[in-house]
Amino acid sequence: MIRRLRLALGALLLATLVGTTGAGAVDVKRVVSPGGIEAWLVEDHSVPLLSVDFAFRNGASRDPADKVGLSRLATSVIDEAAGPYAHVAFTEKLQDLGASISFAAGLDTIGGNFRALTMNRDASVDLLRLTLTQPRFDPEDLDRVRRQIVTSLAREAEEPNAIAGRAWNRAAFPDHPYGRGSRGTPASIGALTAEDLKAWAAERLTRATLVVGAAGDITPDALGKLLDQAFGGLPNGAAPSALPLTAPATAGELMIVDKNIPQSVVLFGHGGLRQDDPDLFSAELVNYSLGGGGFTSRLTEELREKRGLVYGVGSYLSIYERAGLLLGGFSIQNSKVDEALALVKQVWGEMAEKGPTAEELANAKTYVNGSFPLRLDSTAAVARYLLGLQLDGKPIDFIDRRPALYNAVTLEDARRVAKRLLDPAKITTVIVGKPEGLTATRAPPPGG
Amino acid sequence: MSMFRPARLFLIAALLLAPGAASAKLFDPAVFTLPNGLQVVVVTNMRAPVVTHMVWYKVGAADEPRGKSGIAHYLEHLMFKGTDKLAQGEFSRTVARNGGRDNAFTSYDYTAYFQDIAVDRLPVVMAMEADRMANLRLTEAVALPERDVVLQERRQVVDSQPSAALNEQINAALFLNHPYRLPIIGWEHEIRGLTYQDALDFYRTWYAPNNAILVIAGGIEAQAALKLAETFYGPIPSRPVPTRVRVQDPPRNSTARIEAASDRVRQTAWSRRQIAPSYHRGASEHAMALQVLSEILGGPTGRLNRALVQEQQIAISIGAGYDPSPIDMSTFWIFATPRSTAAGDGVAELETAIDKIIAEFLKDGPTPEEVTRAINRSRNAALYALDSLPGAARALGAALATGGDLAQVEEWPERLAKVTPEQVKAAAVAVLKRDVAVTSVLRPGSAF
Repeated sequence: MIRRLRLALGALLLATLVGTTGAGAVDVKRVVSPGGIEAWLVEDHSVPLLSVDFAFRNGASRDPADKVGLSRLATSVIDEAAGPYAHVAFTEKLQDLGASISFAAGLDTIGGNFRALTMNRDASVDLLRLTLTQPRFDPEDLDRVRRQIVTSLAREAEEPNAIAGRAWNRAAFPDHPYGRGSRGTPASIGALTAEDLKAWAAERLTRATLVVGAAGDITPDALGKLLDQAFGGLPNGAAPSALPLTAPATAGELMIVDKNIPQSVVLFGHGGLRQDDPDLFSAELVNYSLGGGGFTSRLTEELREKRGLVYGVGSYLSIYERAGLLLGGFSIQNSKVDEALALVKQVWGEMAEKGPTAEELANAKTYVNGSFPLRLDSTAAVARYLLGLQLDGKPIDFIDRRPALYNAVTLEDARRVAKRLLDPAKITTVIVGKPEGLTATRAPPPGG
Repeated sequence: MSMFRPARLFLIAALLLAPGAASAKLFDPAVFTLPNGLQVVVVTNMRAPVVTHMVWYKVGAADEPRGKSGIAHYLEHLMFKGTDKLAQGEFSRTVARNGGRDNAFTSYDYTAYFQDIAVDRLPVVMAMEADRMANLRLTEAVALPERDVVLQERRQVVDSQPSAALNEQINAALFLNHPYRLPIIGWEHEIRGLTYQDALDFYRTWYAPNNAILVIAGGIEAQAALKLAETFYGPIPSRPVPTRVRVQDPPRNSTARIEAASDRVRQTAWSRRQIAPSYHRGASEHAMALQVLSEILGGPTGRLNRALVQEQQIAISIGAGYDPSPIDMSTFWIFATPRSTAAGDGVAELETAIDKIIAEFLKDGPTPEEVTRAINRSRNAALYALDSLPGAARALGAALATGGDLAQVEEWPERLAKVTPEQVKAAAVAVLKRDVAVTSVLRPGSAF
C-alpha cells in the first residue's frame, strides 16, 4: 500500500523534464570512438558494472500508416535471438553472463538499454553487436511475441488509462503520426512479416541517428572500443527528414468513453512547450506548483488533502520532439467527476491569472535543484540521463549550468509563462467510466 | 506501478536483487542499538552526497485487531497529518522544500517510512521522523477526508482491477485462519468504520523506538550517522510493546477453486498457489531451495516457459514466484496466460500440461545444470543491487523487521550457492502438493 500515487503516465516524462541540478561533482566526458561513434560517459568504478542507454532518432511515429505497431513488434522480437543463437540459447547466454539487452519503441526514438558486469563485459558486448547487426527474427519467435502483443492489445483495449490516452491523442493529433500512437492494432500487428522486421532494422538502426549515454565501470578508451564493437557494424544511413511540427488541437472538448467501472479515469490537458522553448524552465517551475509537485501541489491540496476526492492527482509537461503537451489526470468515484473537474479548472485558472506565489516559486526552485542528485543515484539512472540530455539538445556541461537556469526564473517570468501556458478554456478532457451529471461535447474519435 | 500487493512483492525483488556480490560482504552495514532499543543500520556508500533514510516499524496489517482491517495502512496515511510541531502536510512540504522525496508503505509484517534526500539535509528529516515517532496528533477534521482518500485508493487499486479484486478472494481462500487472508488495505466495510481513535490506539500500542529499525544508506560514515540518530531518536523513551501473536492456520486438506468473470477482462488468467514455508515459519529449511525452484520452473528459459510457451505453445506467458520473507507462512505460486483457441479458453489443457511437468519434476528433480544455472543467475543479478541505495536499505530493513538477521541478507549468496538438486527436489515435494492447491481462473465475460 503506497501512500502516494504517482501518475503512471507522468512519471516517465517528469523524469526527463525535471532535468539536472547542482551535482557539480558529475564529470561528463565526450568519448569519440576510433570509428567515429560518439557517446557521453560518466565513469564510476565503485560497482563492477556498466550501463549503456542508446537511441535511434527514428521512432515509431515513422512507422508507415498501414504498419502501425511495426516498431513495437520489431523492438520486442529483436532481442529474442541473434547471430548463431536461437532464442533459448541466446537468452541463456545473456542470463549466464548477467547481461541484459532491451529495446523499446517510443514515438520519437527507438530506445535501447544494455547492462553488463565488468567480468563478462566483452562477451556481453558481443551479444549486443549480434542483436544490432544480425537479428534473426525467427518465425517461431515472431509468432510467439506477436501472440503476446496481441494479448497485450486486448488487455489495453479494456484498460481505462490506456483507453483515455488513446482517445486523447487521437483527438489532439487528428492529422499527425503522433495521433496514431505506437502500439498498433491486432490487424496491423497480425499483418507484419519477418521481411518487414528485417527492413525495419536495416532502415532504422543507423549510425546517423544513433545517440549513446554510458555510465559505470569503464574508461573512455575501453568505451571507445566498445562503441565500435557494438555499433560499428551498423549502416551509416541518413538522418530522416523531420516530421512536421504540430500543436494539439484542444478547444475545451469533453469526451466520455462509456465503461461500467466503479471509478472514472480522467485525462485532461492542452498544448505545452517544446524542448527548445526558452520558457521551458519557467514552465517546469509553474507546473511544479500546479500539479507536478506531488504532495506539495495545488491540485493535490484541493482535491486530495482538503476534500478526499482522489487518491492521486497530478499534471506534467509532456515533450515530444515535434510537439509539447501539458497533461493531467486522476481516478475518481463516478458521482464526483463533475466536482473534481470544476476544481481542476478553477485551480488552473487561478494559476493562469496570478501565477505561483513567491513562496511557491522559491519552493519549486529548491526542489528542482535540490532533488537533482537523487536522480543520479545509480549507473542506470546516469546513463539514461546522459542519453536524455543529448536527445534534448542540451550542452555537455548542462549539469553544471542547470541550477543557474532555474534560479534565474523571476516571479515575473513565472507569472508571464503561467499566463502563456495555462488556459482552462482549452482543456480537453477524456473520461472513461460512468460519470454522473456530465454531457460530452463530442464523441471520442473512432478507432478505440 | 503495483500499489496493491505492496511491500510484499516489492520485497521479493529487493531480496532477490539486494543480496549481491559473490564476496562475503554485500552491503557491509554497521549496526548499533540505542539505549532506548532503536536498532540503527548504516550502509555507507560515498558515490553521491545523498542518503535514503528509513524507519521501519515491526507492525503491519497482520497485527490488526479483528474487525479493524486496514488500520495499519490508514495510520500510515495519518502519520503525515501532523504533530505538535508540524502542521498537516508540513512533513512532505518540508521534505520537498529541501529537495527530497518521501513516501511510506504498509505490508502484512511491517510499516515503513522513508525519505531520499541530500546528506546535508538528513538532520531535517530525522528531526521530523523522530518527532512523529512519539508525538502524532490527530483530529477528526484531518482524519475523515483521509479515510475518503483510502477508500478512493481501494476503488482505484482493487475494485477497478479485476485481477486485484480476485487476489483478495484467493488469499481469503488460501489462508484459513491467519490474518494474511485479509487485504492489507482492508475490506471496504471495515475501512468505513475506522476512526482516528482506532489509529491512535494502534499507534500508541506499536510505534515505539524499541519496536523500530532505523536504516540509513548513502553518503555518510557510520559514526556520523549514529551521532545524528542519538541526537534525534535517542531522547524518545522506550515503551512496553506487546509480543506479536498471530493466529495460525490449521493444515489445509482440500483444494479450492476461485473463479470469476468480468467484462473488463479480455484474456483469461490462471494461477495456482500453495502454502509454503518461509524463513521464519514452517519447514524453513526449504526456504533457500524454494527460491531456486521458482527460477528453475518459472524463469524465462525455465521448464514451464520452454515446454508451454515455446514448444507446445499452449500458453502466452507463464511464471512462478516465491517470497521467503514473511514472518508466518508464505506462498509458492505459478501464474499463466493460457492461449485460447477456437475450441476453448485453453485452461483445461494448460492445467493438464502443468500437472504433468510438475509430476515429472517431483519424480526426477532438477538436473545439476539447472540448479547451477539458477544460482549463478541470481548471484549475477544480485551484483546489480549494489548499484542502488534504496535497494540496500530495503533489503536490510525488511529482513530485520520480519525477525531475520543481517546474515539473511549478507550471507544470501553463499547460502544460495549451497543449495543442491536434492534439496530442490525435497522442497518441491514438500510444497507442490496438488491436493491442497488453490487454483484461480479469471475469465472474460459477464458474471456467471
